[in-house]
Amino acid sequence: MKRYSAFAIAREAFRYHTGWERAWRSPEPKSRYDVVIVGAGGHGLATAYYLGKNFGITNVAVLEKGWLGGGNTGRNTTIIRSNYLQDPSAAIYEKARGLYETLSQDLNMNVMFSPRGVLMLAQTEHEVRGYKRTAQANAYQGVDTEFVSPERVQELCPILDIGGPRYPVLGALWQPRGGTARHDAVAWGYARACSDMGMDIIQKCEVTGITQSGGKVTGVQTTRGDIACGKLGIVVAGHSGQLAEMAGFRLPIESVALQAMVSEPIKPCMDVVVMANSVHGYMSQSDKGEMVIGGGTDIYNNYTQRGSFNHIEETVRSLIEIFPIVSRLKMLRQWGGIVDMTGDRSPIISPTPLGGCFINCGWGTGGFKAIPGSGWAMADMIARDAPGPLAAAFSLDRFAEGRFIDESVAAGVAH
Amino acid sequence: MLILHCPYCDLNADETELAGGGEAHIKRPGMDADDTAFETYLFSRKNPRGPHFERWRHANGCGKWFHAARCTQTLEVFGTYPAQTLEPPADIIAKIRKRHPDWQSDTEVKVAS
Ligand SMILES: Cc1cc2nc3c(=O)[nH]c(=O)nc-3n(C[C@H](O)[C@H](O)[C@H](O)COP(=O)(O)OP(=O)(O)OC[C@H]3O[C@@H](n4cnc5c(N)ncnc54)[C@H](O)[C@@H]3O)c2cc1C
Ligand SMILES: [Zn+2]
Repeated sequence: MKRYSAFAIAREAFRYHTGWERAWRSPEPKSRYDVVIVGAGGHGLATAYYLGKNFGITNVAVLEKGWLGGGNTGRNTTIIRSNYLQDPSAAIYEKARGLYETLSQDLNMNVMFSPRGVLMLAQTEHEVRGYKRTAQANAYQGVDTEFVSPERVQELCPILDIGGPRYPVLGALWQPRGGTARHDAVAWGYARACSDMGMDIIQKCEVTGITQSGGKVTGVQTTRGDIACGKLGIVVAGHSGQLAEMAGFRLPIESVALQAMVSEPIKPCMDVVVMANSVHGYMSQSDKGEMVIGGGTDIYNNYTQRGSFNHIEETVRSLIEIFPIVSRLKMLRQWGGIVDMTGDRSPIISPTPLGGCFINCGWGTGGFKAIPGSGWAMADMIARDAPGPLAAAFSLDRFAEGRFIDESVAAGVAH
Repeated sequence: MLILHCPYCDLNADETELAGGGEAHIKRPGMDADDTAFETYLFSRKNPRGPHFERWRHANGCGKWFHAARCTQTLEVFGTYPAQTLEPPADIIAKIRKRHPDWQSDTEVKVAS
């Protein structure tokens, strides 16, 4: 792999950019791999990457039915933060946020991590109490957050109308090292690094069946032939229910559509991320100047990657309330992704009833921020055949045991 | 926008009038059931990509619960029927079969081997 650098750009400039090579190979599937990962989204690719980097396991294939990063990883609004309430969440989200800080250097790919700060507005007394509690919990967990006053909110984000007619801003939970990153680059960076370690990323390869013998997984059936494997990792977000069915078990997951949109580009007017859970909307400004906007999930199961119109209206209405300046913005694009929702709004990183088969799902509306930490924990579990400290609390049996990791407040609005 | 027919009001309701209630026809196991049966009842969901039976409430209308049969892959609605129905009605099953000949009403999980 040729390294990306300022020197490489200069070198290519002198030869009309004819020397760039493909970022990853496009191999034919082999008949067997030590580990097969289903799903080349951020979580699947990060799992493969840390299998190679942390454990030296490189006879790995990542199978993707579409194009890599074409699922939720390429459809999200890229908010990164770790200000969750429960200890297991803080641990894995903060691990991920920490890894994001140096991910560009690690992957030799500019993922444009921008720790510009995240404001979660408190617009009801209930939210004020909730976020003060989170700030306190975060202090114990070693996550740098702070509850700030309405004046400070206004200072951080002048375009906010803090006197709002329905819900005036009463304060906010502020995470100064939260922010955004470029979602495509995260997927591409991991893919390039995996390919460089000799792993096969096989696109347009849909898994249609899972074969097993004596309670252990033996391989997968795909649209490009059967592939045998020693271990299997299922990392398919909204399609987890389908893959689980192939493996012979069911999940506490429902798949629903979540939408987002971006506006025409405008001059820089906002250098933090603002989330407003009471009115159900959030916004940040991309480096291109587009306002990146998201809201709540749809209310019914859906696999179409299209959402309901009334949610677009709801999101825009609430944003105009807190950001009056957006009222005349034109929207450029709108899209949907299928998110995998658990009842406690926490992910599942777990062994499954099928031997040798592991699953990572349930990140729902908020898993982009977790990609590096989740891949790290999933690789650890696959390599050692048991969940490590980051993953243990997120196992499937927490439902039977009533050990919910309730993040319904932290995940208040979809993000 | 999703539009469902409320079997009580006998009118078409927009999704803004409705509240979703998740998977329908889930049976609560009896007192002697084991933990696994209860876990399945409480948490495990089919979440199918294809025909799906759901509970809905005409929240901003008559307020009553009803059932809907809907395809989660195409968003086609096969029909709605009152909540007091224990199994999907035959005419709705027939409609689903017409569209999805391979579809099994049998809810058992298939395992490839
Ligand atoms: C509109 C929207 C906004 C969001 N905003 C945020 C945000 O601001 N911050 C945040 O942290 N999170 C956000 N999220 C959530 C985040 O996008 C997801 O949690 C995360 O991207 C999930 O990554 P993944 O790798 O698990 O799944 P995906 O990226 O969806 O990857 C799964 C892959 O599996 C493939 N696949 C499925 N079935 C098969 C099969 N049978 N065979 C082979 N491959 C298969 C799919 O094609 C897909 O590429 C948002 C999501 C959406 C939809
Ligand atoms: Zn009605």
